[in-house]
Amino acid sequence: MAIKHSEEYRDADLARPLAEKIRRTSRRSIRLMEVCGTHTVSIFRSGIRSMLPTTVSLLSGPGCPVCVTDQAEIDAFIELARQKDVILATFGDLMRVPGSTSSLQRERAEGRDIRMVYSTVDALTIARTHPGQQVVFLGVGFETTAPTIAAAILTAAQSRLENFSVISAHKTVPQALEALMALDGVHIDGFMLPGHVSVIIGLNAYRPFFDRYRIPCVVAGFEPSDILQAIASMVEQIESGAPRLENAYPRAVTSQGNLKAQKILAEVFEPADACWRGIGLIPLSGLRIRQAYAVYDAGKRFALKLPEARPPKGCACGEILTGKKTPPEPECALYKKVCTPMDPVGPCMVSSEGTCAAYYRYYYEQRTTRND
Amino acid sequence: MCLAIPSKITKVENSMAVIDVDGVRRECSLLLVEDAQVGDYVIVHAGFAISKIDEASALETLALLREAAALMEAQGGEGNDPGV
Ligand code: SF4
Repeated sequence: MAIKHSEEYRDADLARPLAEKIRRTSRRSIRLMEVCGTHTVSIFRSGIRSMLPTTVSLLSGPGCPVCVTDQAEIDAFIELARQKDVILATFGDLMRVPGSTSSLQRERAEGRDIRMVYSTVDALTIARTHPGQQVVFLGVGFETTAPTIAAAILTAAQSRLENFSVISAHKTVPQALEALMALDGVHIDGFMLPGHVSVIIGLNAYRPFFDRYRIPCVVAGFEPSDILQAIASMVEQIESGAPRLENAYPRAVTSQGNLKAQKILAEVFEPADACWRGIGLIPLSGLRIRQAYAVYDAGKRFALKLPEARPPKGCACGEILTGKKTPPEPECALYKKVCTPMDPVGPCMVSSEGTCAAYYRYYYEQRTTRND
Repeated sequence: MCLAIPSKITKVENSMAVIDVDGVRRECSLLLVEDAQVGDYVIVHAGFAISKIDEASALETLALLREAAALMEAQGGEGNDPGV
């Protein structure tokens, strides 16, 4: 029997008492943000919103890697796909994201060699079996994915695989939290921290952020009961006026994180400024390939220049990623009218983890089954 | 998409492992974890084991997930998204 998440899980023995606890303790109106696409999907799928009192609002932050990828980076990927003798290897979600004038999917239909892979191990295999071509991996993701890409670069270096390179558009989470707090018009009372990013970086990586802002920060696992547990804890912290940095996913996350993965990451990458869709430039929130591994940097190998790029007109992905807006009309005029998962305008409707896609899929059915 | 299904290592060769993801065989790289061995449970992200988790919590998590899956199956529910 395959394991699946369940809508019915909301009634599981673990979830009900937690939801009751939240309803009992919550007095103040609060806004909690999750910064992980998998949390976003799990919250929608399990119907958690319908279990919460009206005092607790959940916002989906910049936690979907594809959604925060800057328009100029998408354009650069498309530019690369058009180069002669290049095979692009990418995770699937990037395929349909609209660039300024095209998408990877459209480029593939026009004959460019773009392949979806499950892991960087597969991209290395493609490089080994196609020695006459350049294989470029599109490195998009947070601290969870970046070490897998660093490991691939180290493997390529050790085996002298010369036709493999990476374009690094990675982003790092703690720096984004800082940037969100500083944005005008953004109000967040607590952060549900991503489970698997935290597996890698460890709880301590958020300590400087927490010490500075003193708002509840709770690392959560992915099951509905994990998420409710994190919400219950944030509500309790806010009501008692005693914020904490807390690990509510101890079966996988430690204070130090995964030291081996951190070492591999730091060997290959160094922090660099990065542009986030909807937020703009965040200092030291990206990862650039170090000089020692410059030959594996596709940006350098192909001397990529990023043209000025504009996000799609009318798309409110930027405001949605920062919690200023939620997609159902009238907050985004294009939602469901022009922009659907079949014909997406912005990345938040493309990625299965995107907020607009999650709303599209789950929101209306949940409104009709609300029971609070 | 993060898949949090604890997977059991059934074979190790060089730095690659064969894992059992609730009855489905897959491969993953062990480059990002310290001395993972046959019998260990790991969490896998994008084809790499990123964390070992102890057997008791792994079995507990699997039991919960199976319970949820049984409910889903009874309802004729939807399939899982592919993990990236
Ligand atoms: S509904 Fe479409 S156009 Fe509107 S914000 Fe979401 S992705 Fe952008």
